[in-house]
Amino acid sequence: MSILLPRKIPRRTALRGMLNGAAVTLGIPFLDCFLDNKGKALAATGQSLPVRFGTWYWGMGHTPGHAITEKAKSGVGIDFLKETASLKPFEKQINFFGNFGMPLDGRSNYTHFTGWVGSRTGSIPQRQGDIPATTIDLLIADEIGNDTRFKVIDASSTGLPRDNYSARSAESRAETEVSAIALYARLFGPDFVDPNSGNFKPDPNIMLEKSVLSGFSGVSKAYLAKLGASDRERMDEYFTSIRQLEIQMSKRLEKPEPNVACLKPQPPKEAQVDKIAAAREMPNVIETHKVMAKLLAMAVACDQTRVFNMSFTDANGNVRRPGESSTHHLLTHAELVDPALGYQPQTFWFNTQCSEGFATYLETLSSIKEGDGTLLDNCLIMATSETNYAKVHTIDGIPIYLAGKAGGRMKTGMHVVGSGDPLTRIGLTAMKIMGVQAQSWGTKSMQTSKPLSEIMV
Amino acid sequence: MALQLNVIKGLLLSGVVALGFGMAGCSDGEPVAKGAPPTMRRLSNEQYRNVISDIFGPQITVAGQGDNLARADGMIAIGSRMARITPAGFEKFYNLARLISTQVVSPANRDSEFPCTPADPKVADDTCAKQFYAKVGRLLYRRPLTTAELDEAVKAANEGAKTKGSFYAGAAVGLVGMLTSPQFLFIVDETEPDPDHAGQQRLTAYAKAARLSFLLWNSTPTDDLLTAAEKGELHKDSGLEKQVDRMMASSRLDSGVRAFFEDFLRFEQFDTLEKDATIYPAFSLKVTEDAREQVLRTMIDHLITRDADYRELFTTRKTFVTGPLARIYRIPVTRPSGNAWQPYEFPEGDLHAGILTQIGFAAVASHPGRSSPTLRGRAMRESLLCQKVPDPPGDVDFSKFEDSDSPNRTARERLTAHRSMEACAGCHKITDPIGLGLENLDGAAQQRTTENGAVIDTSGDLDGIQFKDAVGLGKAFHDHPATANCVVDRLATYAFARVPRTEDKAYVTYLQKSFANDGYRFAPLLKRIALSDAFTAVAPAKTEQAQLETKP
Repeated sequence: MSILLPRKIPRRTALRGMLNGAAVTLGIPFLDCFLDNKGKALAATGQSLPVRFGTWYWGMGHTPGHAITEKAKSGVGIDFLKETASLKPFEKQINFFGNFGMPLDGRSNYTHFTGWVGSRTGSIPQRQGDIPATTIDLLIADEIGNDTRFKVIDASSTGLPRDNYSARSAESRAETEVSAIALYARLFGPDFVDPNSGNFKPDPNIMLEKSVLSGFSGVSKAYLAKLGASDRERMDEYFTSIRQLEIQMSKRLEKPEPNVACLKPQPPKEAQVDKIAAAREMPNVIETHKVMAKLLAMAVACDQTRVFNMSFTDANGNVRRPGESSTHHLLTHAELVDPALGYQPQTFWFNTQCSEGFATYLETLSSIKEGDGTLLDNCLIMATSETNYAKVHTIDGIPIYLAGKAGGRMKTGMHVVGSGDPLTRIGLTAMKIMGVQAQSWGTKSMQTSKPLSEIMV
Repeated sequence: MALQLNVIKGLLLSGVVALGFGMAGCSDGEPVAKGAPPTMRRLSNEQYRNVISDIFGPQITVAGQGDNLARADGMIAIGSRMARITPAGFEKFYNLARLISTQVVSPANRDSEFPCTPADPKVADDTCAKQFYAKVGRLLYRRPLTTAELDEAVKAANEGAKTKGSFYAGAAVGLVGMLTSPQFLFIVDETEPDPDHAGQQRLTAYAKAARLSFLLWNSTPTDDLLTAAEKGELHKDSGLEKQVDRMMASSRLDSGVRAFFEDFLRFEQFDTLEKDATIYPAFSLKVTEDAREQVLRTMIDHLITRDADYRELFTTRKTFVTGPLARIYRIPVTRPSGNAWQPYEFPEGDLHAGILTQIGFAAVASHPGRSSPTLRGRAMRESLLCQKVPDPPGDVDFSKFEDSDSPNRTARERLTAHRSMEACAGCHKITDPIGLGLENLDGAAQQRTTENGAVIDTSGDLDGIQFKDAVGLGKAFHDHPATANCVVDRLATYAFARVPRTEDKAYVTYLQKSFANDGYRFAPLLKRIALSDAFTAVAPAKTEQAQLETKP
């Protein structure tokens, strides 16, 4: 167990209790109505704006000394250097975390793997491929993602379906969406209910399909009793997945409240994206990422999901420039440091593109007005990589950002110095901000019960 | 041979861990089977497509797929018994089921798919719905439906017909339910008391049929096989052999053999294979598709059609090519060629001989813009010899040997510098000498003699077996004892969907010896496994109830 949670009464149970067991079906529009009074009101409905959680991933870390000036102690202000200069306009909406550690407790550093697993799960893998605990996005989705059409949405702009840094285990790791066109179809295809269309009519076929789904997913107790314990768990997860689809169907039966921030986007043009033959060439990655960022942002604005994961480049640095034989990863190892510049020039170019990608992402979220602020103001975006300095695979000091105001729950504009503390302190803080009642997070030396109070409102 | 074995022993001591089992302790007959707990395997995407095609016909388009299965302990087959269905993954299966069901009941297909015609196509028809679901449900669930299951399907069809005003649209609703049910998506080993061994369990005849069918055909059991199961024939040696012989003689055997080798050779790498269009302009998406197919065609032709020695896959010059492949190999193709497959035999003197030199291996185990002796060496060791190469250390400064502007012009020179670092030497001594043997093939598997103007030296040795070039490397693989033992070990792993345990050692050894005695022919090995007691032996599952009962 990597997360300690107090025993909770399910919200629906609590609501039933409040109503003294009366057979009333409750619509539960926004979880935050019950959890949080800091959210601002939607103009049309008076409902609180939900706070959403997103992750953003980039591979190969950064160039120490050329990305962000190190600090001796935490404080306001982030000194973005040349490699991260594109993030400067977002300084007041970002926290940067430096010099946090990832103690291995004697386990190996599986290059390009241990780093992302440790930072996303709070636990160190025992072997290559091992994902020992649920990733932070899903822990938060379990708390805030149960009442939207999608509990979580994953997308990647590198064309690698396995490039998903969201999982409950190695065996429960959904493939991420790598096609912008398919992502559009899933989010805004025929099953999307436009909250502003004005002519909502529940489709009777949905109720039928939902009831059939439930009927066929049932298996007898005798059947289940014959399964081994681990297979029984797998079957339980299958049932959970069905329930999730039923929720999606239920959402299509509810008339959504008007939402001025929600504007159904146009489908992506095929010529712009999905160039599978050159999926991992940087110009294509950048273009795909732009399109996917807009789709994800609008899906969040339209309350299709409250947890969303975007992977810009992958943990193995498979991206490359057209006509070049070396990938980002190969360059981090093979390229010489230019003595005049003090860094690897080509690697630096890729790292700079990653910073620009993150800036694009934040800009996209900022471009959507919501309440008296922006969508980014109502989000908490956790950006991580798998290494600090890819040239030598260091995992101490992995750069991490938390961006967005989290609906006013997070202070920003700070450079937080970890002084070697486990980076799980950052994730625990994010979980607490998002309303997860976690007492601690992580295992072994990564376990912490100390959130970073300096960024919590 | 003594020298080779000493070298192999040395490798074991230096960190290369052999996963296969040795030849000691052989016996002439099959050892007594120990059995393992029943499995619950998720259908692979390939199996899903095969099942739909076999049941509903090739005219049904499977436009999409579920999440790919992850590799576990070296095999996707093992991953199948651990795979979970996530919400996003289930959504994919659900959407797929809707698309398939719509096609099955469409006016174009309904006459061939339904065993009956409804009295009135606008309303529900219990009788016809029941016939339809009984027919397809038996194939989808790999056993007859229970009464409750059949009633559930008919109920769904009736509700669907009522809502949609169409018998066929209603039938599609029930079919979606079946295609998303756990009974279809998971292949569960159902067991029953073994009448011949009191107190023990055995697979039901239907579960045996499913195991056989997915091993030999990579698809669901046919009506014939289920009928044999229903009659109890699969519990009798003669009945089992009759069915296995029938299945081995079927053209569907190709699917089963292909599926094994796709798993064995890690063919999922083709899904993300990418070559730089500037550096390798002839390497198109079509080349990737054809390269995958070339390896499989070569294998099926060699192992099944010609029933030849497995080890000769590493030396054979016989293969099949298309126009796009011919451009990479720089060989003439008789017109009209286009994309049509045609047999081809590389001439003596050409460095392409055996599967190691095919694009499907040499280009896949390379970088997008250049070759990689290390990746090739690792793939050879791990995939083809069942040896484990340790992961690289986490703190190496690569710039000393990888810089392309350095005086080290060839990969051999760069990697020699690499091996000068103690932390790297251990593993690179294992991978590089054999990987360098393919350096006359660039990152797209095109022949070359120089790199950066320097002549390439491809000589080396494989665990003491000397070679001069890629052809010699293939011969070294042919002669290496681990080559044959590895494929046996992996086929047993694939069939059982688990790593052979200590108590399986005698069985795997028995298979390895039998393989040698059979002239290293693949089909007899496959048949031996399919007929063996070990293939279907089961031990009690570790259920929650059993765990509670064993607690003091």
